[in-house]
Amino acid sequence: MEKTDVIIIGAGPVGLFAVHQLGIKGLKAVVIDNLDKAGGQCIELYPDKPIYDIPAIPECTGEELTKKLLEQIKPFKTKFFLNERVNEVNQDKENWIIKTNKNNNFFAPNIIIAGGVGSFEPRKLSLKDAEKFEGTSVFYSVRNKEDFKSKNISIFGGGDSALDWTLELSKFSKVNLIHRRDEFRGAPHTLSEIKKMEKEGKVSLKTPCQLEAIEGDKKIKSITVKFEDGKIEKIDTDIVLGFFGLIMKLGPIAEWGLNMNKKTIQVNPENFETNKKGIFAVGDICSYPGKLRLILSGFHEVALASVECFKRARPNEKYKFEFTTSSTTIKSRLGKK
Amino acid sequence: MFYILALFFYILILLLNFMPKITYKDKSGNSKTLEVEKGLTVMEGAIQNNVPGIDADCGGSMACATCHVYVEEKWLSKLPKAEEGEVDMIDMAFEPKKNSRLSCQLIVTDEMDGLEVTTPEKQS
Repeated sequence: MEKTDVIIIGAGPVGLFAVHQLGIKGLKAVVIDNLDKAGGQCIELYPDKPIYDIPAIPECTGEELTKKLLEQIKPFKTKFFLNERVNEVNQDKENWIIKTNKNNNFFAPNIIIAGGVGSFEPRKLSLKDAEKFEGTSVFYSVRNKEDFKSKNISIFGGGDSALDWTLELSKFSKVNLIHRRDEFRGAPHTLSEIKKMEKEGKVSLKTPCQLEAIEGDKKIKSITVKFEDGKIEKIDTDIVLGFFGLIMKLGPIAEWGLNMNKKTIQVNPENFETNKKGIFAVGDICSYPGKLRLILSGFHEVALASVECFKRARPNEKYKFEFTTSSTTIKSRLGKK
Repeated sequence: MFYILALFFYILILLLNFMPKITYKDKSGNSKTLEVEKGLTVMEGAIQNNVPGIDADCGGSMACATCHVYVEEKWLSKLPKAEEGEVDMIDMAFEPKKNSRLSCQLIVTDEMDGLEVTTPEKQS
């Protein structure tokens, strides 16, 4: 069990800035995120898209913003638990205990939910039958490519993941690359490599084409695809891989007994506390009258929430408002002289 | 004379305040027709009026495909063409079809009066 002052759920820009606001107040935090890296939507949805409304930064990309925020919180040496999703929240008197899907436990008086629109999960095949083969014949990521050696593989998707894995797996398996339209949005270079493999008979491209049915009992035997012109084809398949990007799912947060408004959590705009004492929600996931889904609003929200976190984590100390320009305590916490 | 003038202004005001009507349908046939202010997107029209079936998780930044709609066939050619980023994003939508669009990219104009869109079975 890891004890800390604040558990931050979500490593997006607002979650990262939470570390800063807590850190300068002398509070320790841990950050948990379902993705394999920090940055949240900034990294996952628009790493290259410029953002124009961060105060004093006329233009920066999602990736640059994340880098800068990570640099800003470096002095606090915060522990990150990535690739982990929070499953359960339980109360223990004035404290909260969090359990993740990796069975890690965290104990703290405060939780800050900076969960954006939920955790990122792979978008799945829309065909209902695909569900029962998930984990045995249907996969949405490749953990160990050795598992896919000398198999008949059908890959769905048109982006980089679909193209990269087609190329990689075609080295030792027969691969069908199936996409709903003729154009691929993955790197042109990879596509031309794949076209080369197609000529050698190692890859077969099927476009514009969509999955119609899956045949098999415990494992998949074949799939049926339908081309845009109506032509139907049955393809021998052992493994189906789907690469349709990520979607955001609110997940277990919805079951924690917090007051929700559609997919958002209602908070008190004075301190961004939810209806549960010590659980805060900031950034895109919170709602209050006039809420704007802007990164800069999230920064403000977390600054205020951190004050309430201090009061709960240090009930015997008096909170003192300080400026970073003049406070020697803050400066020493930041490692400045 | 006064009445004619009054009528003239009345019609003028009506014309100026004209709001295109957009019909939102779902897969099971429920339908809602709304007047949507010009300049808003078809997605915003739905969100502001609590039309179910459109999530718009990313808030209209063309990054999530959860405002996916099917546009009535006859409207397809009348709407501004989808840009590359939108078409790429539709790849990720739930059950994309030929008439798939992201409603966050459809900005309501006078010409779009009467537009019908159908929301997919689900958005993710």
